[in-house]
Amino acid sequence: MGTRPVREAKAPMSATTDSASVIINGETRRIAAGCTLAEMIEGLGLDPAKVAVEHNRAIVPRSTLGTVRVADGDQFEIVHFVGGG
Amino acid sequence: MSDTWSVAGRTFSSRLIVGTGKYKDFAQNAAAVEASGAEIVTVAVRRVNISDPTQPVLMDYIDPKKITYLPNTAGCFNADEAIRTLRLAREAGGWDLVKLEVLGEARTLYPNMKETLEATEVLAKEGFHPMVYCVDDPIAAKQLEDAGAVAIMPLGAPIGSGLGIQNRVTIRLIVEGAKVPVLVDAGVGTASDAAVAMELGCDGVLMNTAIAEAKDPIRMARAMKLAVEAGRDAYLSGRMGTRKYADPSSPLAGLI
Repeated sequence: MGTRPVREAKAPMSATTDSASVIINGETRRIAAGCTLAEMIEGLGLDPAKVAVEHNRAIVPRSTLGTVRVADGDQFEIVHFVGGG
Repeated sequence: MSDTWSVAGRTFSSRLIVGTGKYKDFAQNAAAVEASGAEIVTVAVRRVNISDPTQPVLMDYIDPKKITYLPNTAGCFNADEAIRTLRLAREAGGWDLVKLEVLGEARTLYPNMKETLEATEVLAKEGFHPMVYCVDDPIAAKQLEDAGAVAIMPLGAPIGSGLGIQNRVTIRLIVEGAKVPVLVDAGVGTASDAAVAMELGCDGVLMNTAIAEAKDPIRMARAMKLAVEAGRDAYLSGRMGTRKYADPSSPLAGLI
């Protein structure tokens, strides 16, 4: 799963003053460190029910969006359905 | 009189599958789908625009609870990209019925059959039900079926060309050899092309540009619905044989 920054001294929800640098769809973004993927998606203004997420090239099962947490350096692809033939 | 067809355990009444690309807007697209009577639409998987998340989305106009979304792999040029795309599609929608399309080159959009076959095998092992865009080659079609394709979808002509079915013989050979549904995918330009596909015994037709690029897409969608139904009925009714010379329809006896 790659290296993860050491954050054991802090509870995830109190870590919001820290920010993590992540790459989403090729764009670098800073988001609250330790938030869940669902929180990150909602924070982008998206509906988690309408997208699929790849986290460091691995598919994230929808059932774990609310539990998997974001770490500094993570890479995401967030996709949805568009018109096509 | 019900004439349904089934793919991967799902049964449909409409034999027309339509794409959702190239329309002026989502409203026109939804109206065309309605007019076509299609129960399945193809969709593509693309990155969300995270800079403008408020843009309207396809799902707001075409309800996936009413119309089956068939995610495609358009734009993928190798097996890995196609498999990655469909894994995401399955997570986005929960659908395992998918359209596999691995392209060989941008100019013709002909499929790369080696990569297509590899991807079909992997997808079938992962529990997907791939409907597979392919060349109009009866041997390749059998190989795909053996690899786990749940439908064979040969091109009638290059994608977006509107040239109509170029090789009726090979399409017919594929139909005769297949144990899974065969749908002409790509190349249809107008209603008669769709009717030809159905008269050859295909189970269905998939099209996008023929409807989307018509001057009146909604009317063309209706034309395609009628053409598919007409072609299907003509196929089932068993057409007359052809003759080299005339054969009068009015009796010759009793002429004044």
